[in-house]
Amino acid sequence: MEKIIISIENVSKEYKRDSLSISVLNNITFDVQEGDFLALMGPSGSGKTTLLNLIAGIDQPTVGKIIINGNDIAKLSATSLAKWRSENVGFIFQFYNLIPVLTAFENVELPLLLTKLSKSERKKRVELALSIVGLGDRMDHYPKQLSGGQEQRVAIARAVVTDPAIIVADEPTGDLDKNSAAEVLTLLDRLNKEMKKTIIMVTHDPSAASKAHIIKHLEKGDLV
Amino acid sequence: MKVLKLIIKNSGRHKLRSMLTILGISIAVISFCILRTVVTAWYVGLDAAAANRLITRQAVSFIFPLPYSYKEKIKSIDGVESVSFANWFQGVYKDKDNFFARLAIDAETVFDVYPEFKLTDAEKEAFLKDRSACIVGAATAKQYGFKVGDVVPIEGDIYPGRWEFVIRGIYQPRDKSTDASQMFIHWANLNERMTKEFPQRANDVGWYIVKIKDPSRAAEISQKIDNLFANSSAETKTETERAFTQGFISASSAIITAMNFLSFMIIGIIMLVLGNTMIMSARERTREYAVLRTLGFTSYHIAGLIFGESMIISALGGLTGLVLSIPMIKGIEENMPKGFFPVFTLEPITIVLALSSALMIGVFASIFPTSRAIRTKIVDGFRFVG
Repeated sequence: MEKIIISIENVSKEYKRDSLSISVLNNITFDVQEGDFLALMGPSGSGKTTLLNLIAGIDQPTVGKIIINGNDIAKLSATSLAKWRSENVGFIFQFYNLIPVLTAFENVELPLLLTKLSKSERKKRVELALSIVGLGDRMDHYPKQLSGGQEQRVAIARAVVTDPAIIVADEPTGDLDKNSAAEVLTLLDRLNKEMKKTIIMVTHDPSAASKAHIIKHLEKGDLV
Repeated sequence: MKVLKLIIKNSGRHKLRSMLTILGISIAVISFCILRTVVTAWYVGLDAAAANRLITRQAVSFIFPLPYSYKEKIKSIDGVESVSFANWFQGVYKDKDNFFARLAIDAETVFDVYPEFKLTDAEKEAFLKDRSACIVGAATAKQYGFKVGDVVPIEGDIYPGRWEFVIRGIYQPRDKSTDASQMFIHWANLNERMTKEFPQRANDVGWYIVKIKDPSRAAEISQKIDNLFANSSAETKTETERAFTQGFISASSAIITAMNFLSFMIIGIIMLVLGNTMIMSARERTREYAVLRTLGFTSYHIAGLIFGESMIISALGGLTGLVLSIPMIKGIEENMPKGFFPVFTLEPITIVLALSSALMIGVFASIFPTSRAIRTKIVDGFRFVG
């Protein structure tokens, strides 16, 4: 029997803009099995990134529960949530979001600085993560010395270096050319199949979504 | 400590901006050190003032003399240990810019009341034996290359005529607050010439220095001295040496207050400059802070990054300013009119104040950007367009 790793229960999200209340997600409920590769699709403003942020624990629902591995993360304090994120979630962003003053090695090492690992252990892990994404020879390069596809691969290495159970990716191929996008999708597929990572990916791109096992569509905050 | 590398790298991210800010802090620290040194130099006489010394001067004004005959009368007052006196001799040594205090003193008693001027017994004896002798402070001797046996020619102004004095001793200051720039000549020598050339100025004394046994009786003895000469043609005003020195300083108090104010004003201005730099830096990195927080870094880490960067910039600026202040103050001392300030050095308290101010700038400059960065929600950070 497959294990449910993420359970979204009646989640709604509203944003306040001055006196206006804008509803972004309406009563969303679904489960994600461990090892699933889920694509969230929908037009701009449909709430897919908001839903991803809620699952990743970087935003809080207005109502509802987000239970991940048995924990309702909506109830965690900011500090506990930060710790939880560092241990359970890897992040991949559309614009890579690498720190420009750090090398590829140092960028990938960042999440490990929050652990108790020794310097040599951190080094081993970073080298392994970068070799998985095929950038073992670019460790000392700064982001500006890498192509967009390579930057995104560094970002993927950073996402997996702590060995999280869940990887969330927000438009990971949105800023890449076709070949680089294909490489990134292949990597995500490998992470899912070989390393059994549960992946939630937001995308506009149907070919990217085709890599996923499950595709969910959002429209104006509702699952359709 | 693990994020120290990121703090250091962030500090150098905008090299020109960081360099200009460090330079600004350095200039502020240099200005602060110079202004504080001037203020300290002004007050150094106060630090040197002894609690057991009173100064008796003419009640109307310091510029009017007192009769020599007052010496024994003052000495007879209960509680007085010894009495000495002095006249402001002044004159010009070669050039008007060669300024150092030149005083005619009572050679027999001066070292009783001023133990801070250190002479060897042989020098003291040689000085006492020779009425045309003088002694000079070590700082002045060093400045003008005076040696024992040299003749110092002075062109008199207050006491007209050409004067020549043989150096019989070079006194050493007891401590840093002691003025080592003065020159002392025999009052007896001066009086002898005045008696011959300007008899009406004979036996004039500029002021009396009264050493008392018990400093707690200063007010009472001062009153007794002044009462003694009340209703005479030369009434006196007696006060502690500290009050007397303070009287001189108070004439310049507005300038000193302005300089004091200015020194802290500069610190305030540079605080705003660094604050602005840190706000710009933090604003530019809003998205990066969101990324770091997403990765699990807490608000404390973000605060540490901003605070650390601010401290690095302020500490570098503070240290650079301090290092540059030392030769600059030395240069000012060498180029200002000689003897204008007997003691003009960068005091430890000024160093402590300058460094603390620089670090305080770092702390205050990081408060607003830190507060803003940690209050920004992660999702808002990602949406931020700088």
